[in-house]
Amino acid sequence: MIEFLQYQFMQNAIIAAILVSIACGIVGTYVVIKRIVFISGGISHAAFGGIGLGYLVGINPIITAIPFSLLSAVGIGAISKKIKVSEDTAIGILWSVGMALGIIFINLSPGYAPDLFSYLFGSILTVPASDLVIMLILDLIIIITVFLFNREFLAISFDEEFSEVVGIPAESLYILLLCLVALSVVVLIKVVGVILVIALLTIPAAISKQFTHKIKKLMILSILTGILLTVFGLWLSYLFDLASGATIVLVLGGAFIISSLLKNSS
Amino acid sequence: MNNEVVRLKDVFLNLNRIPILEGISFSIEKNDFLAVIGPNGGGKSTLLKIILGLIRPDSGEVKVFGRKPEEARNLIGYLPQHSFFDLNFPVDVFDAVLMGRYNGIFKNYSNKDNEAVENALERVGMLKFRHRQMGKLSGGQMQRVFIARAIVRNPKLLLLDEPMASIDPEMQSSFYELLSKLKEKMTIVLVTHDVGVVSAHVDKIACLNRKLFCHGPPEVAAGILEDVYKCPVELIAHGIPHRVLKEHDKK
Repeated sequence: MIEFLQYQFMQNAIIAAILVSIACGIVGTYVVIKRIVFISGGISHAAFGGIGLGYLVGINPIITAIPFSLLSAVGIGAISKKIKVSEDTAIGILWSVGMALGIIFINLSPGYAPDLFSYLFGSILTVPASDLVIMLILDLIIIITVFLFNREFLAISFDEEFSEVVGIPAESLYILLLCLVALSVVVLIKVVGVILVIALLTIPAAISKQFTHKIKKLMILSILTGILLTVFGLWLSYLFDLASGATIVLVLGGAFIISSLLKNSS
Repeated sequence: MNNEVVRLKDVFLNLNRIPILEGISFSIEKNDFLAVIGPNGGGKSTLLKIILGLIRPDSGEVKVFGRKPEEARNLIGYLPQHSFFDLNFPVDVFDAVLMGRYNGIFKNYSNKDNEAVENALERVGMLKFRHRQMGKLSGGQMQRVFIARAIVRNPKLLLLDEPMASIDPEMQSSFYELLSKLKEKMTIVLVTHDVGVVSAHVDKIACLNRKLFCHGPPEVAAGILEDVYKCPVELIAHGIPHRVLKEHDKK
């Protein structure tokens, strides 16, 4: 375990795991309680379009993924409310169109896209320090936004109609919440990749939700669960030389099953 | 004019080309206790949502406290007909009621808000459950919490959609007692399809089945009720000590 920690890339990976768990613990809590898991899945896949755009224009794909996933968040929120399309249809369209755009962008970009695979499936071991800084900034934005709007987010998650009655601009805040999902997707892309993002956004919160009914505790517990499980997954992937993103997701899945069984038997 | 809390004029509403409300005009005066009755699907809940500004009518005018409905919301307390939520939702009774005190972005809940929540919970007899998770309550208890949430901001107008729906029978009389106390401070509109009980407590009845059939004291409303329901209706009214059951027509 000590040897595992002495490499610079491992230290970066552990910092990445912590930053990721903060985003997931906070935003994932809302994703789970407001039941927007599939919207979040849609946003994360649409973010692939932004990654492709990064390749095309030749800048860090993480940077281009930010506006792209924010736009898709606003798009999903607005489309399903304004046009008479059911929300899951809007999600399906955005999900696939975003990915298709990403593929076309990469097609059009000159040369070969060497680390494309890492954006699809994650590669926590190759997170450069510059990406850690971006992740830290996004984490801070998430924390500040939730600090300011936690009352509104809780109210629209619990009872959207009533929240509107007491004067909360429910639709705008819902879109703001989706934007936070978009930012956390960007934080997560490097670690587990667009395809597996949804695991980290749901599983830590889903595990923690079994043990508390106070939302603040739920967030803190989700963050701690996330850190513990991602670092454990990272260690396993190092030990058995497995793909880190997928190993982390399997550890999360296993932990969810075990915690549910424990909870139900007690 | 100053006593007019709600005024609807020629309100028409269609949903998916089906007429829901047709030519609704009436006003609610300050300190009225009005029951809106009528069959299911008659547009009762929709009417409340129009008063709240949640639904905009196709045509007609709606004024609440002389303003647009959306702008009067801070004066309104609302009990929705159904409050669907995930039973595992991480919120306790206290925090659920606290949401009723919401006062605007960046305005944190204060001690005054906490006191108001405790008072409201006390009034519905749910204070001892304040730390209980919402989903762990019985249906009747939940309804009482939602009533507390509706009254917690001391509204000037209280809109209750089927408040009796899941309240246990023994709770009903204490609920009407609560309403008769609240009535001194606020205007109350209660929507129900349960015609019998309600008429003994309210001052006015409006019968709604797409159109407004009557609007007046319960005694006046009695005759017209039959038109709305298309069958004889039993009614308990003020000043009549026993249930007055009208005989069904035998053909």
